[in-house]
Amino acid sequence: MTEAAVETGAFTRTVTATVNGTARSADVETRLLLVHFLRETLGLTGTHIGCDTTSCGACTVLLDGTPVKSCTVLAVQADGREITTVEGLAGAEGLSPVQEGFHEEHGLQCGFCTPGMMLTATALLAENPDPSEEDIRWAISGNICRCTGYQNIVKAVQYAAKKMATATA
Amino acid sequence: MYPARFEYHAPQSVDEALTILERYGDEGKVLAGGQSLIPLMKLRFASPRALVDINRIGGLDSIQEDNGFLSIGALVRHKDCERSDALKGRYGVLGDAAPQISDPIVRNLGTVVGSLAHADPQGDWGSALLAAGAQLEVASSGGTRTIPLDELFQGPFTTSLQPNEIATAVQIPDPGPSAGGTYLKLERKVGDFATVGVAVHVSLDNGKVGRAGIALTGVGPRNARATAAEESLAGAALDDDTITGAAQLAAEAAEPRSDHRGSADYKRSVVRVFVERGLRKAAETAQAT
Repeated sequence: MTEAAVETGAFTRTVTATVNGTARSADVETRLLLVHFLRETLGLTGTHIGCDTTSCGACTVLLDGTPVKSCTVLAVQADGREITTVEGLAGAEGLSPVQEGFHEEHGLQCGFCTPGMMLTATALLAENPDPSEEDIRWAISGNICRCTGYQNIVKAVQYAAKKMATATA
Repeated sequence: MYPARFEYHAPQSVDEALTILERYGDEGKVLAGGQSLIPLMKLRFASPRALVDINRIGGLDSIQEDNGFLSIGALVRHKDCERSDALKGRYGVLGDAAPQISDPIVRNLGTVVGSLAHADPQGDWGSALLAAGAQLEVASSGGTRTIPLDELFQGPFTTSLQPNEIATAVQIPDPGPSAGGTYLKLERKVGDFATVGVAVHVSLDNGKVGRAGIALTGVGPRNARATAAEESLAGAALDDDTITGAAQLAAEAAEPRSDHRGSADYKRSVVRVFVERGLRKAAETAQAT
């Protein structure tokens, strides 16, 4: 389906991407940033815009499974690729282990950094199911949280790692 | 913030990309990782008429050794370098620099070669690769050429790359069997530019220094080699006196300015300490290899 009609021309392109498992397509301006494609074109406002300068990580999404700052990727670059946003984390059985961890361990206060933080954590655990505290702190060092002091975020990721290990045991 | 409008091209081959670049002259810009270019475009410091996105071109994403060079392709990300076994040991200056570039998420997309083409005077790769004696492999529709890194950096954000050229790889000469190095960076927080960065890359020949590369970040108008320090090491054994002498020469060569990251005196002192530490680490690795 085409979500938004934009006058076509040299400055527009059709982008087709798999977003949270569903194929989505839209004609967009070439200068449209991925974060605006997700939030405005597709209406997925779970991805937050923080600093808008590649510093804070609030807009982190997974591009083919890899965390990227969506304020610093063009929507046209995502053509033909897979994107996961916070809206795509929960499955049919409910919250993902990472989401459950943030809930159980109170891994947030204001919540603004949480979507990006959870996507970074999800990618970390996909690659390293048993991270040390240092591994976790290293992995989230591109995601800034101004409330928690990171303590409970680390606990939330540890909770998720444990939960996933139990589930696969 | 939105970039200004641009035409977007995603060629499948280097040849196709070069044909497109020819068409736009100096109004075209190559997009690789985009982690510097896109922020510049959002701030409207750069407003190219066309972007040539090389991310869909195959064969540019490998780190390989051939013909006496270690070659890092234009689409090799910082993260790839961080994880590459090839960049440990003899090429430790590169392997140690990689995890200190920006932050982990930026490292997933940003590229080594893009970083050189961007030529930020405070970039870490510029120093690491100057110390390693690297050269840039460059393609244009007229053929290919190489640019020694010493001739690449013309000034802040300015290189000798021509608008119709694409940097396809950076090549590091094989330092021989006994070599080592490191990159030391003082930063206030993850993602910040270096308060001071020091790159050291040394190859030994029968226990004496064959070639020594020392380059400094954040203490001058561009990444710069500390040539007097390098020369003082050539042919010498890496003992305490040589090391402290070279460290002193490097500190004297630095041109730091006082700013919010520290005073000029402080930065100069960090250069001295880092060069000393770097040379000890390099000696240790080189003697073990």
